[in-house]
Amino acid sequence: MEEQNKNPRRNFLDKGLKLGLAAVVGGLGISKLTSKLNAHTDGETVELMTADGTLIQVDSSEVHEVEHHHDTGDKYNVRQGIPNRKFVMVIDLAKCKNALACQSACNKHHYITGDNAWLKVYKMQETKDTAPYWMPTTCQHCDQPACVTVCPVGATFKREDGLVLIDNERCVGCRFCMAACPYSIRVFNWGEPNQEVTLNIDLTGHQHTPEHQGHHSIKGTVDKCDFCPHAVQENKLPHCVTACPNGVFYFGDKYEDTVTNGEETLRFSKLLKDKAGYRLMEGLGTEPSVYYLPPVNRLVEFEDGLENYNEFKSVDKGEES
Amino acid sequence: MKNYDKLLNDLAPREFNKKGILWVVFLVLVIIAGLIAYIDQIIKGQEVTHLRDYMLWGVYISNFVYFVATSFVGAIAVAILRLTGNEWRTPIVRIAEIITVAAIIMAGITIIIDMARPDRLLNLFVHARIQSPITWDVFIIPTFMTVAILLLFIPLIPDLALLKNYFKDKKPKMSKLYGFFAINWKGSAKQKSILAKSIKVVATLIIPVGIILQTIDAWLFSTTYRVGWDSSSLAPYFIAGAAVAGVGALVAVIYVVRKSLKLEEYITDMHFEKMGRLLALTCMIYLYFTINEYFLPLITAKKDEALHLETLFTGHYATLFWIVTIGGLVLPIIILLFKNGRKPKTMFIISLVVVVTSWWKRFIIVTPTLLHPFLPIQGVPESWHEYYPSFHEWIITFATLAMALLIITLLVRYLPVIPIQRTADEQEANENKSKVVS
Repeated sequence: MEEQNKNPRRNFLDKGLKLGLAAVVGGLGISKLTSKLNAHTDGETVELMTADGTLIQVDSSEVHEVEHHHDTGDKYNVRQGIPNRKFVMVIDLAKCKNALACQSACNKHHYITGDNAWLKVYKMQETKDTAPYWMPTTCQHCDQPACVTVCPVGATFKREDGLVLIDNERCVGCRFCMAACPYSIRVFNWGEPNQEVTLNIDLTGHQHTPEHQGHHSIKGTVDKCDFCPHAVQENKLPHCVTACPNGVFYFGDKYEDTVTNGEETLRFSKLLKDKAGYRLMEGLGTEPSVYYLPPVNRLVEFEDGLENYNEFKSVDKGEES
Repeated sequence: MKNYDKLLNDLAPREFNKKGILWVVFLVLVIIAGLIAYIDQIIKGQEVTHLRDYMLWGVYISNFVYFVATSFVGAIAVAILRLTGNEWRTPIVRIAEIITVAAIIMAGITIIIDMARPDRLLNLFVHARIQSPITWDVFIIPTFMTVAILLLFIPLIPDLALLKNYFKDKKPKMSKLYGFFAINWKGSAKQKSILAKSIKVVATLIIPVGIILQTIDAWLFSTTYRVGWDSSSLAPYFIAGAAVAGVGALVAVIYVVRKSLKLEEYITDMHFEKMGRLLALTCMIYLYFTINEYFLPLITAKKDEALHLETLFTGHYATLFWIVTIGGLVLPIIILLFKNGRKPKTMFIISLVVVVTSWWKRFIIVTPTLLHPFLPIQGVPESWHEYYPSFHEWIITFATLAMALLIITLLVRYLPVIPIQRTADEQEANENKSKVVS
């Protein structure tokens, strides 16, 4: 009580200081604002292209350099993801002829030593009377991922940029995520991955990161397609996209509304609209990030793919070139 | 007090005879073999099993489910028979409690055997995520284990005090040990009332905890999209199945204990008669759920589900499915309906069949589903299309079963399997009753 009564003077000083500070900040703000309002056009213009492709002219004083989001390293939390991105993939079944270049590229760049590739090209045929087709599947990077829900330790997690990744340093190897995934996309390291021995890669001092799955794999933990954030950071496309000779895979950003297969860059929404894109097992409500274009007007014969088809093999182990 | 002498002579723990020693040695050998296989599995990884990316859970998980199911017997025999005021339960409750403790301990161990990274066990606590059914399991299994151990221990206290005195001169060391666990039991009125209250609390507690345990066990499966697991009635189905597995195990153990400890005077034919009715009831409830789970879906089965049912009814798993359903459910019900079917020896054979088929039942709940994923199995070695447990898996599984039997054997060896104090009290009460009548 006494203390409070003693202090009106101090209180006054305190408040006065705060008020002064507020005035200074406010004044600065107002001066900034007025200078903005008074900015005069200097007559110089630049030509720019808008997001929908039309050319426009803009006064050069209005042109500011866009602050780039830094897609590298420790600038963001690995569990949160690359800011302001939402990665999607479109797989055009009309173009796939089971060349399997995607699979070998994936196997190679993720140092896969097991018997089950992460990227599979399924030989599909719904019923006897409907057409057979080839269906590549990657991790669907669901927005409602069943695997993430059931993981008891948060070893597999969903990021804001849409990716579902695995922290192999945390995984306890219960395989509940594999049971939960309706797309059977997950692969387990049942034994020692032996990547140093089998593939002759040097892992000394190498730290595992969820952003480059398989580099390196850890015994007793789950692996799967990671959508290659390690490539995205270097402004590259996922390995399957670049490897495909037929431009089947389109990778991109839903927020930017663009996807590219390396050759052509398309409007994501328009592509889905024009070609009636769909997602696998939509009825389950998993909300995948991978979209499929139906196998219509195919330029390639289904039978051409049979040559490469091997029901019992998806990882070429002996082939060391 | 004379009564106690006879009771103690009959019911106090006795040393193993030759057969008993042989049995323990056999169990220990199996456990050692399993331990070696498990260490090998740790070193080489689970590639020593026949589990693969499609068949990702196998005999370890089905064995785990079996143990969890068997542990339910404590909830039934102790609590439900108690709630319904079935006085005949006295000589069998402790055996049921012993089975429960052994089964839930082994369930905890078995689930760790299935983990590929047991070295990261602590992650389940450090990084626990509450929406995962495994986390629920991490909480409920120790909880159930605690309640089960308390349910065995608390009613045991007066008996331990009796044994302390009984062994005072014969075996001072044992006497001391019993005395330690008897925690100063004097049999005063106050102690008795605390004991009665405690038993009431724990016996009531084990019913909800037991039901939650079975339910979470079922949710491990029904929270996935998989055909055959994605069923809203899976939890009650598991509870019904657990009752069958538990009562089956109880009958089998009671028969063996009665024979080897010569307890015919205490565990009478009447008890088998009653247990027979209980087993028949549980089998009927389970059959009802089986029909709901497997036969009703035939009418509206979607393509994947129809395929799943086909492998069970006529396909790869048909033999196992029909043995389990007809041999393990329908036949026991029919036999148990007859009075002669509820005689000890027949009951023993039936209970063995029920126990074995209950185990296999879990196997065909886990396995066929995993071999029928939504997308076709392609691009993997041909051997991945089928599943037969590997040598390692069998040895380790047998070792867990042996370990459960060893726990039961040792508890039967060192504890009075029939509550001495309570039997004495009941005898006294009966005498008083007959005195009043006469």
